[in-house]
Amino acid sequence: MDLYGEIILDHYQNPHHHGRLERATLSGRDSNPLCGDQIQLDLQTDQEGIIIDVGFTGQGCAISQASASMLTDELLGKNLFEAIQISNEDIYRMLGVPLTSARVKCALLSLITLKKTITIDKLQIL
Amino acid sequence: MLNPLHIKKDFPIFERQVNGKPLVYLDNASTTQKPGAVLDALTEYYSTMNANIHRGVHTLSEEATAAYEGVRAKVAAFIGAREPAEIVFTRNATEALNLIAYTWCEQNIYSGDEVVVSELEHHSNLVPWQELCRRKKAVLKILPLDGDAKICDGNIDVQRLDEFITEKCKLVAVTQLSNVLGTIVPLEKIIKRAREVGAVVVIDGAQGVPHLGIDVQKLDCDFLAFSSHKMFGPTGVGILYGKRELLEKMPPFLFGGDMVKEVTAHEANWNELPWKFEAGTPNIADVIAFGKAIEFMESLNFEEIRSHEKELVKYARQKLSEFPGMQIYGPASSAGIVSFNVPGVHPHDVASILNEAGVAVRAGHHCAQPLMQKLQVPATTRMSFSVYNDEGDVDTAVEALKNVYKIFKL
Repeated sequence: MDLYGEIILDHYQNPHHHGRLERATLSGRDSNPLCGDQIQLDLQTDQEGIIIDVGFTGQGCAISQASASMLTDELLGKNLFEAIQISNEDIYRMLGVPLTSARVKCALLSLITLKKTITIDKLQIL
Repeated sequence: MLNPLHIKKDFPIFERQVNGKPLVYLDNASTTQKPGAVLDALTEYYSTMNANIHRGVHTLSEEATAAYEGVRAKVAAFIGAREPAEIVFTRNATEALNLIAYTWCEQNIYSGDEVVVSELEHHSNLVPWQELCRRKKAVLKILPLDGDAKICDGNIDVQRLDEFITEKCKLVAVTQLSNVLGTIVPLEKIIKRAREVGAVVVIDGAQGVPHLGIDVQKLDCDFLAFSSHKMFGPTGVGILYGKRELLEKMPPFLFGGDMVKEVTAHEANWNELPWKFEAGTPNIADVIAFGKAIEFMESLNFEEIRSHEKELVKYARQKLSEFPGMQIYGPASSAGIVSFNVPGVHPHDVASILNEAGVAVRAGHHCAQPLMQKLQVPATTRMSFSVYNDEGDVDTAVEALKNVYKIFKL
């Protein structure tokens, strides 16, 4: 079935940047009440607000965890302003598979967590 | 003997396909499908007798009132209530439970009192009591499950009833049947203990009533909440049963039309039971159609339903246990529910892959997050059976499960 392509399964079974960061400068957590999926996201930024390290942990389906793994690849090297501009469409493009409305929520959980993590006050500090 | 294939013919939805495959519906604990008679009753009501009830002298209103009140009498007989006045229609079982929390409890629960629920509860029979205890500074106590090794069976530890249901306990609210595990709760023992300490007993029958039936007088519970849509009726109809002596003393829940007797510019007094609790125009059409669902249930019998579901549970558990590493939750005696987990695969993914084969199962926490925490799993996949399911449905689901193993290379 289309939903479970090789790339998604590989990210699910061998997630990138998996784990908590000891030197996190920003952390956030969110969950999906529908299925209980959870994402914990840690970001480490330098003086200029560039993301120099990222880590995530979580529980959930292949779609939510694989999209989180893919998102962490995208985040490295971006500054926080660039990071919050990542859009839903960017996530769909990374996943590259058709999603039903129920699974869209899974796909976007990590992005929603990211946007909760990088709050306006965090941007103003920079 | 119950004939699932014959019964299935009464349900128009089984004519449709999902993803090009015949629908296999194994999500009955969420909601059941509806027989043609229920659907026809909705159309018939709107096309032949649509009118507001309890207020018209015209023919349509009289007919609609008679049909609506006729269902109340049917429900009363179905659960063994003393009289129709002990049956209140609500939006759903959740609203029925909230009604108790905001009326009886508002007048009878005080600071330091204890309210007891079990670890099996659906959020609908937990969160209203959490909020009640917060409002009243009362203490919420949770009856634990029995033993760590057999925790997955979901049996309430009846040896510890005396410890949890004490003299301070004013209300015990428990489910009749776990919606996650299918465990049947020993209500008689719990009610016996509640009686010893003078606590009022609320039964959440949303899962239990459709599978086990209930006799509220024999059981001697004070309140019972259940819902139409889990027993072949429409959504939007919940049922609250309460003993007359309790309902009489309770204040109304919602205020407005139909629940009043006399109104002046500055005050009002309340209508008789049960209308005191039914403010505003009720869900007339769906209640009337629910009457047809009860007639459908009366055409079956609970012994046959129970033995049919036992056989299906046995068959499903056996088939599931043939998969390597498969985790199965719930007792072998489960009433129509089998929860399971494929190791390393999230239930959401299992359900997605089953859906490709036209198989509808539920994946998630089943609105019972505290129980999930107890079982130490984030979620499960759940098959839940009804009278139209047969072994062929289990076979289709099991075939689709092989795809899960294939896709995830297990």
